[in-house]
Amino acid sequence: MTGHESGPVLRTEELRKAYGDKVVLRGIDLVVEPHDVICLIGSSGSGKSTLLRCLDLLEDIDDGAIFFEGEDISDPRVDARAVRRRMGVVFQSYNLFPHLSVLENLTLAPRKVHGVDKATAEAKARELLARFGLADKVDEHPDRLSGGQQQRVAMARAIATDPALLLLDEVTAALDPELTGEVLAIMRQLALDGTTMVLATHEMAFARDVATKVCFLHDGAILEQGPPAEIFERPREERTRQFLRRVLPAS
Amino acid sequence: MSISDGSWVPSDQQVQRDALRRRMRLRSATIASLATVVVLGLLIVGVLTSPGWPRVKETFFSWDDAKASFPAVIKGFKLNVLLFLIAEPLILVLGALVAVVRSTNAAALFPLRLLAVFYTDLFRGVPTLLVVILAGFGIPALQLQGITNDTFWLGLFALVLSYGAYVAEVFRSGIDSIHPSQVASAEALGLSHGQAMRYVVLPQAIRRVVPPLLNDFISLQKDTALLSAIFVFEALFAAQDYAAYNFNYTSIVVVAVLFVALTIPLARFTDWMGRRMMRRERAGAR
Repeated sequence: MTGHESGPVLRTEELRKAYGDKVVLRGIDLVVEPHDVICLIGSSGSGKSTLLRCLDLLEDIDDGAIFFEGEDISDPRVDARAVRRRMGVVFQSYNLFPHLSVLENLTLAPRKVHGVDKATAEAKARELLARFGLADKVDEHPDRLSGGQQQRVAMARAIATDPALLLLDEVTAALDPELTGEVLAIMRQLALDGTTMVLATHEMAFARDVATKVCFLHDGAILEQGPPAEIFERPREERTRQFLRRVLPAS
Repeated sequence: MSISDGSWVPSDQQVQRDALRRRMRLRSATIASLATVVVLGLLIVGVLTSPGWPRVKETFFSWDDAKASFPAVIKGFKLNVLLFLIAEPLILVLGALVAVVRSTNAAALFPLRLLAVFYTDLFRGVPTLLVVILAGFGIPALQLQGITNDTFWLGLFALVLSYGAYVAEVFRSGIDSIHPSQVASAEALGLSHGQAMRYVVLPQAIRRVVPPLLNDFISLQKDTALLSAIFVFEALFAAQDYAAYNFNYTSIVVVAVLFVALTIPLARFTDWMGRRMMRRERAGAR
């Protein structure tokens, strides 16, 4: 996808973030290899969303370092725009542009940021929308769509620029179970295509089936990480067991 | 997408309800009409029976004087319309520029931002009439080379400066009303601050500020009459001229009628736009 050859797509070293006296992330070491699907799980307030915001440089970090495709992007001299051009982000609240049609939402960044010509950008956008089951919504405005459709458009918009890494911040949290299913299906499809993803999620079934690695965050630290089978079947930490007991249906 | 029900016939209950609703509507329409007639009637009787009415009628509402002053007044009124038509686009451009400058964050633009803040504070604070007088009489007194002494253009300049400050604030409130998540989402896609402004924030902000902007336009239409203070031969000046020579103020009333005739269509249009925007916003909030 990019000129970057080998090594992890993204790596953090002792990443720390605090808001005043409140420490939100304390020494996060995370490695994202190509084609990884990394699920961040943990209670609300454990630091999942903040970690994603730090990775996309929407927040300044307080210590440690972030390396993206080998480059230290925590260096203040780094052009944040150049970094974001290579990352895709989807937020919980969709954040589509309400004054633009679905198609224009998808083509804005490719055309204005990546210099793709209109016809090429539109052709690619139409193809993506068709893949995501939105072929008939191309010319609609976002407020005419359901929440699930809007979130699928947001996903398509995030990958329309072929990012090296896709960050998803609780993208199904605002949706009812039926619409959640639509969005998760898209995420599975992206995982199968080999998209490198880091996502904060409460969808444990998705994490168990799709993740290459699950990280359990507690109080701003990665308390335990490993393949889903390990985390879900044989968690080592008592905190992880407590969390899983609360969120997994008793079976 | 309702299921077709061509065989539906309203039940007796529904027929009765519809008839009752019609009676209730008729009743409230009757009450509204009666109340209006009574209130207006009292107002008219009150004015017509006041002791000074014959004198007022002769000085302010003389049909002969209305006809006599009309040609001069309408000639002046064309200047008011011309002033408005030239000033309005200039004000929009100036207002938008100042608002955009105020919302930038580049370090090098700091002096410009400071200037923009100073400008809006100053010109929103000084009464428009004072700006008109200062520009109309002050600028020619400077005796600068190449600057016009025509009070029409100097007065126009004053209106643009004064209204530019208001319109800048309207634009800025529109920009501020766009949720920060829109900018975050644009920046996450790699758009620069300028691009986020141009493609994401401004198009949404402008739609939101159309009704308040139209309101300022209505106000500007009226304020073109302020240029009478610097001897621009517009409608009010022409009317005052007539009044001074004929000891009759009907000409002023004629000007008032002309201004009302000009502003009412825009006022109704503004109301209509406001309602339409409201409907859209609500539709979007589903």
